[in-house]
Parts: sequence; structure tokens; C-alpha cells
Amino acid sequence: MRHILSILLENEAGALSRVVGLFSARGYNIDSLTVSTTEDATLSRMTIVTHGSDEVIEQITKQLNKLIEVVKVIDLNESEHIEREMMLIKVRATGKEREEMKRMADIFRGRIIDVTEKTYTIELTGTSDKLGAFIEAVDRSVILETVRTGASGIGRGERILKI
Amino acid sequence: MQISGAEILVRSLQEEGVEFIFGYPGGAVLEIYDAIFRQNQFKHVLVRHEQAAVHAADAYSRSSDKVGVALVTSGPGATNAVTGIATAYMDSIPMVVISGQVPTPAIGMDAFQEVDMVGITRPCVKHNFLVKDVTELASTIKKAFYIAKTGRPGPVVVDIAKDVTQAKHEFSYPDSVQIRSYVPVTRGHPGQIKKAVGLLLEAKRPYIYVGGGAVQGNAAAEVTELVRLLGVPCTNTLMGLGAYPGSDRQFLGMLGMHGTYEANMAMQNCDVLLAVGARFDDRVISVPSHFLGAPKKIIHIDVDPSSIAKRVKADVPIVGDVKHVLAEMLELLRASSQRPDAQALAAWWQQVEAWRDRKSLWYQPSDELIKPQHVVQTLYEVTGGNAIVTSDVGQHQMWAAQYYKFDRPKQWLNSGGLGTMGFGLPAAIGAQLANPDATVACITGEGSIQMNIQELSTAKQYHTPVKVLSLNNRYLGMVRQWQEFFYGTRYSESYMDALPDFVKIAEAYGHVGMKIENPADVEPAIREAFSQKNRERLVFMDFRTDQSENVFPMVGNGKGLDQMDLPPHMREQGGEAADRDYGNLC
Ligand SMILES: Cc1cc2nc3c(=O)[nH]c(=O)nc-3n(C[C@H](O)[C@H](O)[C@H](O)COP(=O)(O)OP(=O)(O)OC[C@H]3O[C@@H](n4cnc5c(N)ncnc54)[C@H](O)[C@@H]3O)c2cc1C
Ligand SMILES: Cc1ncc(C[n+]2csc(CCOP(=O)(O)OP(=O)(O)O)c2C)c(N)n1
Ligand SMILES: [Mg+2]
Repeated sequence: MRHILSILLENEAGALSRVVGLFSARGYNIDSLTVSTTEDATLSRMTIVTHGSDEVIEQITKQLNKLIEVVKVIDLNESEHIEREMMLIKVRATGKEREEMKRMADIFRGRIIDVTEKTYTIELTGTSDKLGAFIEAVDRSVILETVRTGASGIGRGERILKI
Repeated sequence: MQISGAEILVRSLQEEGVEFIFGYPGGAVLEIYDAIFRQNQFKHVLVRHEQAAVHAADAYSRSSDKVGVALVTSGPGATNAVTGIATAYMDSIPMVVISGQVPTPAIGMDAFQEVDMVGITRPCVKHNFLVKDVTELASTIKKAFYIAKTGRPGPVVVDIAKDVTQAKHEFSYPDSVQIRSYVPVTRGHPGQIKKAVGLLLEAKRPYIYVGGGAVQGNAAAEVTELVRLLGVPCTNTLMGLGAYPGSDRQFLGMLGMHGTYEANMAMQNCDVLLAVGARFDDRVISVPSHFLGAPKKIIHIDVDPSSIAKRVKADVPIVGDVKHVLAEMLELLRASSQRPDAQALAAWWQQVEAWRDRKSLWYQPSDELIKPQHVVQTLYEVTGGNAIVTSDVGQHQMWAAQYYKFDRPKQWLNSGGLGTMGFGLPAAIGAQLANPDATVACITGEGSIQMNIQELSTAKQYHTPVKVLSLNNRYLGMVRQWQEFFYGTRYSESYMDALPDFVKIAEAYGHVGMKIENPADVEPAIREAFSQKNRERLVFMDFRTDQSENVFPMVGNGKGLDQMDLPPHMREQGGEAADRDYGNLC
């Protein structure tokens, strides 16, 4: 099953490689990984989307917690949460496709952020599923380039991950 | 006053109470070696290969309550150390390894003798640091020792750039250390502990399985008290040997791939299992599904949550330090009016004794060929069971584990998790330095000893009078055994041809060499080696042993604990076996 893990870790050189190294060394999957500093410059917040059986996810969580630089790990799946991913997608926009692309971007609440005579670059935010649905919805042949950030997640309501 | 980074390092090590550091110099650590030269608080032991420095430091930790320290130069010095680091990591041994690194401006430039030590060792250390700033050096050393020895112990590498050792700074060593992201647990959950005690008291076929965590966690006394108070049978893993006295009746021997028949049968058939600092290794329980095929309740105490439910789910997981958790269990037991079910326990013991009566460690004695088991038994007798014994990896290691009865923890030092040939001799040197008055024996094979034989020179220089017992079967015996059992006796590259004259080698290094070819000479030779005359000498004993001997019992690949390959005498039918004189087992 797909799990979305939120990790708070020391913002130190090498901490990221420890996390990534752990996944490859132990044969765990990384579907996506995002990381950046937080309001506290000494801490980074990472979101990893992975999949595996309950036993595997339990081991992943424990192994992550074992890393000295990892401060906290939560499995966002354990309760209600919000996840967002951003995609920049460059599409061909000529002739009648130009109008069609604009319409599609609107339907998915995307924004056209760069325009040339022949292309649109669309910014789209949502769950990973929604971004996938957009890609499915447009004709493959018009897609020139896609860049996705990978999912970031946060617990709903009062639930917070902090030290 | 400002002092150099190298001096800061030396002062920090002194603050940590370091007595010995095991190392080998080179360009990136010259500054450090100069600072070592100008101090006399700790001693440096110059090994002949960096791998040996790390094994010696590791065994120094294993055989004491201190943290061993190794020092190596950058590049090849660092890579040579990696096997030693991985060895300590797999067995959860606390250790600090300091490696030199090229100067910070040269990092990443493919500089002379540059390797990414932090990157290379990342998967086989508890933690590692690259020190690029002299102001962080002292606090990093403090952290390194703290991390190495707390929680689940393990090796910590501190890679220090050369310019850091040359830069100047004030020295101040922190009194304590706080790492917000690292807070090891010690106390177990009281509710879980209570549940565990309840389960043990209600058990019909209880069993206690003790691992290396009890040895490292100094919990042998608590283990022993608990086993006796409950009156239950007990087994130790290869790493746990000595945590419960090996010569006691309640001890069923080691379990696992080469465990005794009774230890493995009890493991498979118990109804409540208490696992103490043991990690359900594949060489112990083999296939988890088969192991769990016989239903049982499992209580699992481990300081590392990731050891719990990794291969086998626990019914009562207890995260905590063994010593604390067992002490609390004992307290509850003493306070409780409930006693174990005596009738059930008696029936269980009857079953256990029936298994034990099958004498799975019996072997056919011989007047012509030296039996390796007999060498270990004789060593046990001659040393009164008191020696610190190190071993290498192979058949000899298993015979050492099976036939030397370790009554004390930290008396048996071997590489279990990584299975590193070449561990034995440097480990013996490290253990001897940590325990100057102890008798130290290294049980090895002609294959393994040649992986670090150069350390005979270190032993000479530092007067470590260890006794090396090489069970020379002219084979990479453990490999040969697998080839005999599973590869149709195709002995591919497992025969050791062109062996050197070990007696001459020993003598060339300035030691005593002995070659023993007849069973009748085994005891006199061992007595002589361990006699007063050789007290100050390293004696190398080259025993020409039976080449065809195999280690039994054996749980083959994919087999269950109750599906052991048994030694020939246990495979026989009928009365003959019953009439056998098992005298050589006592
Ligand atoms: C040729 C060969 C054959 C082998 N055959 C066998 C065999 O037949 N039988 C056998 O048993 N092994 C055998 N081994 C060894 C095997 O590979 C493992 O190394 C060994 O079984 C692991 O022992 P352990 O479970 O005690 O764990 P260890 O590796 O000693 O781990 C200790 C556990 O205790 C925990 N711990 C540490 N400190 C504490 C503390 N203070 N409090 C609580 N928990 C703590 C750790 O987190 C860890 O989970 C063999 C090895 C070789 C090379
Ligand atoms: C460094 C290393 N290389 C290879 C092995 C695989 N291996 C395990 S046991 C063994 C044979 C050891 O031979 P020897 O030291 O003579 O001991 P014996 O089994 O004959 O007692 C080998 C090659 C290992 N454990 N370590
Ligand atoms: Mg051999």
C-alpha cells in the first residue's frame, strides 16, 4: 500500500544521503521524495512517498528513526492529512489545440505561467493522482516536458509534526 | 591557549580515558601522529594492516567495558579499515574509528589518497562525521563516544580533514552531550513487562533465548537469576555465549544452524519464548514461517525497536535496555505469589532431557587423527574454562562455540554477523591488551589465520602472549562441508595447497611454533603452550586435524530448526546407539 511519510531531520550535510542510502541499502521503494528547510533553519522537512506491506512500512519507520539525524517520523496515512504536489508541464499549443489546452488547464485549475507562439507552460497543483489525471486527460503527443516536485504532506487539523 | 587540532584530538581522547589506540600512520594523519608522539597518557599500538587495527580495537571493546579506538590514514588506510568497521557494526560493538582526510580545499578534487570515507562507511556505521572545522572537533569526539556506547552500540567513524588537525583553537571538552534527535530508550514499558512476567508464569513449555545484547548490555547476572528463578531451560546465540553459564544444567547449548539438538528442538517446540537481546537471525531460526509453524507466544526485549518484528512478530515487544528490563521483571517475579506451573515444567524438562540424551555433540574419537573437537575440549580443560577465546570464521569457530563452555560474558569474541575471516589474531591482541592478566587463546584455521598473519609481528612488538590454536585441516573446511553436502563433493577451490610451514613462520616472527600431528600429543602440547615456561610467549600451535570432519548438527538452507542434519551416530537405528559410551562429552 502507498504510504506518505513525513520526516523532520537535522539540516546537516549528509543527512539526505543517509535517508536515501537507507532506502536503497534495504531495498525499500521511493516513489517520490521532497525536502527543504523549515521555518527553523536547523531543521529540514522531508516527505517520502513509498509503498510496501505493513511490515515493511513499520521497518522503514523504525530504520528512519534510528538515523541519528532524524528527529521525528510520522506516517501521514495513520490519520487525515493533506498532500499536494506541483507539476510544471510544457505542452504544444498551436491551432485548435491552443484553445483546448487552455480549457483543460482551467478545468484542472491550472495556471498558464509561460506562453510562446507554439507552447504553453502550465503550473498545476494537487494530489499526485490529480496531476496524473491531467496527464492522462491530454493527448500524449502534445506533452513536451513534465517536471513534478513529488508530494508534500501535512496532517489535517491540530495535528503537527514539530520538536 | 590555542592548540592544534591534532592536539585537541589527543586531549579529547585522553578526556575519554582512552588507554590504547590501534593504528597505522600516513600523510593525512601525520599531524595527529606528531601529537601522539608528544604525549604519554595513552599508548599507540602499531599494527601491520589497518583491518587489524580495527579488529583489535573492536575486541578491546568486546572484552571490556571500554570503547576501542582505531586511527587510520586517508585513502587506502581508510578503505583497509572498512571490513573491520562492518564487522563491528554487524555485531553491535561500540568503537570509534578516526580516519585522516585530505585537506578541506582538496576534498572533491580527486586529491592524492582521497576517498569519500563518510560515503563508503555510511551503510556500516552507527554514525559518522566529517570534521571540516577545528571548532567542532572536540564536541564531535564527545558525540562519537556517546553515540558509540549508548543505545544499540556500534562503530562511529570520525573523518578529519588534515587542515583541521593543523588549525589552532582553544581546547574545551564538553562535560555532557545532548543530541535532540538521538534519545536512546533504557526503561521498558511497565505494562509490557507485567504482561511478559504473566506469560512466563503461565507457560507450559517456556524457553529463554539470549543473545549478544545481554553480553554487551552487561546483563549476564540478571539473565542467570531469571533463568534460575523460573527454573526454565535457556539457550544462547553464538553472540550470547557466556551470558548464561555454559556449564550449567539449565543451559541447552547454542542454538541455530550449528546449535545442539536439544537447543533447537526446544526453540521449535516451546510455547512461550523470551528473547533477550537477540535478533532472530537467519542463522538462528532459519525460515521464520517454519519456526512460527509451531505456535508460540514471543516476548522480545531489545533496545533497538527495528530488531523487533523484523523477521518475527513479537506478541509482547519490549523496547528497552536488557539490564533494566530484566531487573524489573525480576522484581515483579519476586513480589508475585504466583509460581510457574511445576507439573508442566517437569514434563517439559523430561522432554528436554530426552532430547539432550541424544548427545548431538558426540563425535567418534580417534587414535590416529586429531579430532578438532578434542582440541577445543582439551583447551577448555587445560585453561580451566577461564581463557578469553577469540576465533576466526569457519568450522573451527563452530567447534570452539560448541565445545568450550563459556561461563562468563565477554569471554568469547568472534565475528558472528559479518563472519570475517582474519578477525581472530588481531582480536586476541586487542583482548590481551584490555585484559593483561587473562589467558587469551585464538582458535583459528589455516585459511583464516593467513588473512591477518602479519599481526604476529604486532604481537611480538607489544608482548601479547596469546596462544594460537590453528585447527589445520588443509581445507577451507566450512566451504568444503557445504560442497560435500550440497554440491556433490565437488571441492571447488576449497583445498589449501602450498601451505607454509607455520612453525617456521611463528619462529621467524620471534614466537614459539609447535606442530601437533598425533592425538596423543594434543594434551601435552596444549599443557606446554599454557605452562609457566611460555607465559610470556606467543605460542602458535599447528594441529593437523581430521580433514573430513564436519560440523553437526546442521540446519541446512531452507530447513526448519527441527529438521537438522544429524551426526552419524544419531542417524543409526536401534540399540547400538544406546550402548555407546558418551564419555568424551563430559
Ligand atoms: C559460520 C557461521 C555460523 C554461524 N552459525 C550460528 C549458529 O549456529 N547459531 C547462532 O546463534 N549464530 C550463528 N552465527 C552467527 C549469526 O550470523 C549472528 O551473528 C548471530 O546469531 C546473532 O546473534 P544475536 O541474535 O545474539 O544478535 P547480535 O548480533 O548479538 O545482536 C544483539 C541484539 O541485541 C540488541 N541489543 C544490544 N544491546 C542491547 C541492550 N543493552 N539491551 C537490549 N538489547 C540490546 C541489539 O539491538 C541486537 O538486536 C554464525 C555465524 C557464522 C559466521
Ligand atoms: C573474508 C572472508 N572471505 C570468505 C569467507 C567465506 N568463508 C567462510 S568459512 C571459510 C573457510 C575458512 O577456512 P579455515 O579458516 O581454514 O577454517 P575451517 O573452516 O577449515 O575450520 C570461508 C572461505 C569469509 N567468511 N570471510
Ligand atoms: Mg581449514
